[in-house]
Amino acid sequence: MIRIENINKKFKKLQALNDISAIFNRGQVISLIGPNGSGKTTLIKSILGLVKADSGNIFINGKQINGDPSYRSQIGYMPQIGRYPDNMQIGHLFRMMRDIRKLSESDVDADLLVKFNLMSIFEKPMRTLSGGTRQKVSAALAFYFNPAILILDEPTAGLDPLSSEILKEKIMQEKKKNKLILITSHILSDLDELTTDVMYLQEGRMVFLKDINALRQETGEDKLGKVIARVMRDNKKNSLWIDEVLAMKSSD
Amino acid sequence: MKWPLIILNICLFAQASGNTITVGKNAPITTLRQAIQIANAGDTILLQKGIYKEGNILISKPVFLFGIGNPILDGENKNEILTLTGKNIVITGIQFANAGYSSMNDYAAIKVIDATGILIEKNIITNASFGVHMANTINSVIRNNQIVGTNKSEHLSGNGIHLWKCDQMLVESNSISGHRDGIYFEFVTASTIKNNQSKKNVRYGLHFMFSNNDAYLGNTFENNGAGVAVMYSKEVRMENNFFHKNWGASAYGILLKDISNSHILNNRFVQNTVGIHMEGSSRIEIGKNVFESNGWALKVQASCDDNSFFNNNFYGNSFDVATNGTMALNRFRGNYWDKYEGYDLNKDGTGDVPYHPVSMYAMVVEQSPSTLILMRSFMVTLLDKAEKAMPSLTPEHLADNAPVIKPNKL
Amino acid sequence: MLKLTRYVLYDILRSKIVIAYTLFLFVVSFGFFQLEENQSKAVLSLLNIVLIVVPLISMIFTTIHYYNSYEFIELMLSQPLSRTRILLSEFTGVSLSLISGFLIGVGVPVLFFSFNSIGISLLLAGVALTLIFTSLAFLASVKSRDKARGIGMALLLWFYFALIYDGLVLLILFSFSDYPTEKLTLVLSAFNPIDLGRIFIMLQMDVSALMGYTGALYKEFFGSGNGILFTVGIMFLWIILPMFAAAKIFKNKDL
Repeated sequence: MIRIENINKKFKKLQALNDISAIFNRGQVISLIGPNGSGKTTLIKSILGLVKADSGNIFINGKQINGDPSYRSQIGYMPQIGRYPDNMQIGHLFRMMRDIRKLSESDVDADLLVKFNLMSIFEKPMRTLSGGTRQKVSAALAFYFNPAILILDEPTAGLDPLSSEILKEKIMQEKKKNKLILITSHILSDLDELTTDVMYLQEGRMVFLKDINALRQETGEDKLGKVIARVMRDNKKNSLWIDEVLAMKSSD
Repeated sequence: MKWPLIILNICLFAQASGNTITVGKNAPITTLRQAIQIANAGDTILLQKGIYKEGNILISKPVFLFGIGNPILDGENKNEILTLTGKNIVITGIQFANAGYSSMNDYAAIKVIDATGILIEKNIITNASFGVHMANTINSVIRNNQIVGTNKSEHLSGNGIHLWKCDQMLVESNSISGHRDGIYFEFVTASTIKNNQSKKNVRYGLHFMFSNNDAYLGNTFENNGAGVAVMYSKEVRMENNFFHKNWGASAYGILLKDISNSHILNNRFVQNTVGIHMEGSSRIEIGKNVFESNGWALKVQASCDDNSFFNNNFYGNSFDVATNGTMALNRFRGNYWDKYEGYDLNKDGTGDVPYHPVSMYAMVVEQSPSTLILMRSFMVTLLDKAEKAMPSLTPEHLADNAPVIKPNKL
Repeated sequence: MLKLTRYVLYDILRSKIVIAYTLFLFVVSFGFFQLEENQSKAVLSLLNIVLIVVPLISMIFTTIHYYNSYEFIELMLSQPLSRTRILLSEFTGVSLSLISGFLIGVGVPVLFFSFNSIGISLLLAGVALTLIFTSLAFLASVKSRDKARGIGMALLLWFYFALIYDGLVLLILFSFSDYPTEKLTLVLSAFNPIDLGRIFIMLQMDVSALMGYTGALYKEFFGSGNGILFTVGIMFLWIILPMFAAAKIFKNKDL
């Protein structure tokens, strides 16, 4: 579904993506993980066309993504920090998005709108929303058009545990519909039940992209966090971050 | 008044004495030439409707030539039509067509030489090089004629009404267009040009030289190649005239050259490239005129002195006053300037700070004409404002010390 | 495209700045016509509004709007919409609202008090300058990521076109006044849209002065069919080229 070929991206001196190639397929839930600044968001933005790669190609369903923006109709994107026009009301926002895609109310998946109880605050302008509510809006929007590809950048950050569970459930449901889902998260435990594959990035380089079961077998660990920790054990640089992640997890 | 008296004399004279000779196709006398020949002094000749092609006709005795139903005297483009000399001749109600052109002689539709008491009235003159040409004539009237030229070049056409060396003349209510100069005065004294319309002439609407003690009043000069030129004269009164749309690189509402002791009052100058351009002129009173939407309302060369500009209204002119000198030898007082930004604290209707009508930019344009393209730009506005605050280039003493706040009532 | 433009317009109307701009123009224009004794002076004051204030407001408003709708643009970018379309919708929305503001604010008083060739040329020039400076402002904002820098750049551009450029032209013409500089002047005027707008109005307003000296040449050129074609053509280029450059930069920009 998504094929990435040798993409490179440099921001001034920083090599954000360094010769990354990968293939993501239908039915996969890819966990994009790596330390801060490892290039996860840049990779996602490259797929969305928000960031233009210096070199290399990205194909969605066999079509290269330069020029024609229509491929984005297959992608639901939930950004790390959702930013919306201040004066716009929630209901208005959803109406507008539908309008732009020329879809009627019956065509869309309003599941999350209902579950997050956003319908009741449709009149609220975006600027008055808390960070968490904003995240809910972003999530609801990502799933709204029932896209074949879901790209979720830190979906659970800022969500309360209940909402977080609702979202995870929704992701599970979509996974069952044989969709491709890309998730980045620092909270590895969230990814445990969802992940089918792990893509590990570090300083813009892809360290590995492997089937979770294969990794589990390799390492003998069950939990994703531990798996990663085991994989990265010999790597001094990463051990620090892994320790941090594990520490966080145990304090959960 | 002496004019009505003269006219009255002529009419009485014509009616009182003399016979009437009728000229026409069906009349006993069929040519004008014949009629003139047999006419006695004081006779009336009635010229009936028709086209008469009789070459040049000389009239040297006092007759009253009266056209009935617009008879046409055709010069067939080769003849001067009428030549008058003597005294007390009246020509009225006739159309003069196609007077000839000669590069040697100044052919005219009506030429008057050495005459007095001539009245030329209600005639139409078309396609002539000179319309009415008078030389050495006294006490005559040219009135209510329509003179339409063909707008040829300056060299090929003559003047509509041309007066040379005349005295006590009245040129009134004529309309003249398409000639070289609409009205031409040279060595004409004690005469009046009144209520004429001089438009679309190739060169000047009025060309006026070496003519003292004259007045021109209530005329309209519009769209003439170079406007009006008044030169080498003194004691001229110019009042109630309208100067409009005289456009061109050297077109002026009035060009004054070596004029002295004269009056320019109550005129309107609208949309001329230059309203009044004056050089070598002195002791002229320029008052109660309106200058509106001209390129330059006034161009006063350094050679002018002792002129006074008072109670004029200036509106919407691109430049109010331009000069090439720095001296202030002329007086400005009580004018209304729409660009004036001063105040009137004591509410006496007179601004409390002087107005300097020569702007910095006017000086710049004078020196470097192509900067005209920057007119009305913010840069130029700033330049003018800065100069107003600290005058350095503009003549500091050239100022209206008592500018009025509201337009003068005229 | 129209759909997006509608949302941009909606957003702009909610911010009320354009309404304030319209009111400001209306009050000022109306005031000029009411306060001044004669129309020519009012029109002259309006000329300065058109040549100075309209470009300035167009630039500032556009830049601020661009940075304020960054979120909206980001959101749209993740949708199946091309970048060019998004930017053009923004341009259309902004210029439409500014033009309507101008036409109501200045157009209505002009219609009432000075509906003649000068008034109409004033309005046409105002509309053209709004479009041009909106376009330039988009270029300035797309080029710099930072709001302060974007506004700074817009202000600088305005300052350059409104003042500095004419100063330079004046300097050049004055120092070369011994040479025939008329043709050069014509060329120079094409490089400043404010100058073009000004000349366009001047042809109506100062026709008398323009008939004198070298002025006749300008009048002959700008007043002729070719000259009008030239003016309109260059104005169009001034609208299209900055927007084209902005679209090009925007297309390859990382967000």
